[in-house]
Amino acid sequence: MSSVRLQLRYKLLLLVMLPMVAFSVSARGVYQTDEAFLTETFDGKVPKSSVIWIKGDLRKTVADILSHKYSGMRIRYWQQDERSAWILNEIGKEQPITFGVVIDAGKIAHVKVLAFRESRGGEIRYPAFTRQFTDAGLIGLELDRHIDGVSGATLSVWAMTAVTRLALYLDTLTT
Amino acid sequence: MKFKRTLIAASLMAACTVANAAPSNEELYSMIQQLKAENAALKNQVDASDEAVEAVVVQAEKMATFSGVADKVSIGGYGELHYNNLDDQNGTADSDKIDFHRFVLFFGYEFSDDLRFFSELELEHSLSGDGKPGEVELEQAYIQYDMNGHNTVTGGLFLMPVGILNETHEPDTFYGTERNPVEKNIIPTTWWEAGLMFSGDLAEGLRYDVAMTSGLDVSKKDTKSTFKIRDGRQKVASAQANDLAYTGRLKWTAIPGVELAATMQYQENITQGNVAGTEEATLFETHAVIQQGDFGLRALYATWDLEGDTPKLTGYDEQTGWYVEPSYRISKHLGVFARYSEWDNQAGMSSIKSEMEQIDLGVNWWPHKNVVVKVDYQIQDNEKATGKELDGMNIGVGYSF
Repeated sequence: MSSVRLQLRYKLLLLVMLPMVAFSVSARGVYQTDEAFLTETFDGKVPKSSVIWIKGDLRKTVADILSHKYSGMRIRYWQQDERSAWILNEIGKEQPITFGVVIDAGKIAHVKVLAFRESRGGEIRYPAFTRQFTDAGLIGLELDRHIDGVSGATLSVWAMTAVTRLALYLDTLTT
Repeated sequence: MKFKRTLIAASLMAACTVANAAPSNEELYSMIQQLKAENAALKNQVDASDEAVEAVVVQAEKMATFSGVADKVSIGGYGELHYNNLDDQNGTADSDKIDFHRFVLFFGYEFSDDLRFFSELELEHSLSGDGKPGEVELEQAYIQYDMNGHNTVTGGLFLMPVGILNETHEPDTFYGTERNPVEKNIIPTTWWEAGLMFSGDLAEGLRYDVAMTSGLDVSKKDTKSTFKIRDGRQKVASAQANDLAYTGRLKWTAIPGVELAATMQYQENITQGNVAGTEEATLFETHAVIQQGDFGLRALYATWDLEGDTPKLTGYDEQTGWYVEPSYRISKHLGVFARYSEWDNQAGMSSIKSEMEQIDLGVNWWPHKNVVVKVDYQIQDNEKATGKELDGMNIGVGYSF
């Protein structure tokens, strides 16, 4: 191999490795802790949590919404007046994504990705995507609007859509 | 406990109804203190019961969700069965066949929160071995490490970051039974190499990938050099690695339903130095994927530039193609599409009639979001008057999980 070719290869290798030093370190995958999400949602005065037991017909409805059986026995939520907050895990492709969903008077106030563990599809955490859910309600068990997806993140988009539908439905059982 | 409370209550009632036996303030105070103590004891018992129930439920949920090593292992896959009924308009190369084109299994393992393994093993055309139509292929096998919240490094055998279908090609994610001919013949999808890749976010909705990998060898097919890009995939099978490849991609997805991306690749030598008169090669690819409501649009352009005198002799120095694919989702379960594709693997010499065109029209039916049935009709036009020109119907069934 010529020395010119070798030099070019080293330069390209350095270029490829540039990202290793170009970006600062931040917590991997966890964008907001559960506690911080609840504190933010309830202005620092987090109410005591309640639970909904997933049993009987409710278990079947939850499975319909998620397109698979729910493995837990109950779902925890926090409620104050007409506002409720839900922290739900749902698998995108391989790993669980942790979502925080806030509902005000039966409509989505906002949804956030609290932790993302998949290797692809992390774009769903950006406000440009999540703001599509703001003010969404339910018609039957479906959202009352179309959600535009993110190319290459279809499974993560499905997961977020499913948990917002689930939170909206469960919210109707608490009021 | 209940008996005690009843007794105290009865004492209080008796105290109230029998005026002469009215307890003194001290006695009342003593009774109230006794009640408070008992209430506190009861509350503690209830709290203890709640804690016990909570512990049992937590453990039961853990057992339902996790089972040791199993929670670190992920399994998935996809497959597609194709039926082609195609007539060669210019010759006798008809294609009437049914083929389980791809049977794929994914296996992954999470070593820790920031270190994982992923693999994809594929059986193509159902039967592999000497003289058999198919082959077993390792299409992905890599270790991926999260350097931080926004950047990962991938090492091993991975799919190249180029095109629309190369990395996401589960059959339920695209229209048409067969993958489009431009990505197949120009990019060439499915394309994997071995090496090192850094990926991450530059800004909200803006991702980068940069990779240093093994390269193509277009002299590999048979004994003579064809220079056709698709034939140059070494598939990391005892691949010659004299000359490497460097790839960079920028992908913008800041608006929901919109993806704009561009990839550049530089190959040190596209024949691994096996053919005299060949030098470096570069690939440029760009595409748009738009999904707004029920309307979808995919468009892609890709072109190769092969340096050196030898590829120029046969027009292989330029290989280029593009396609546009509008689609419409009639319902949650049904969608229709049309696609126009144009590609030319010998575009460097206009005197060679090598340009191909293809029109596809079809429908996808999803009985489940991960299961698809496809029916489409294709019409080809070969610039070469005597060249193969396949028109006809394709039917496919596909799934992923």
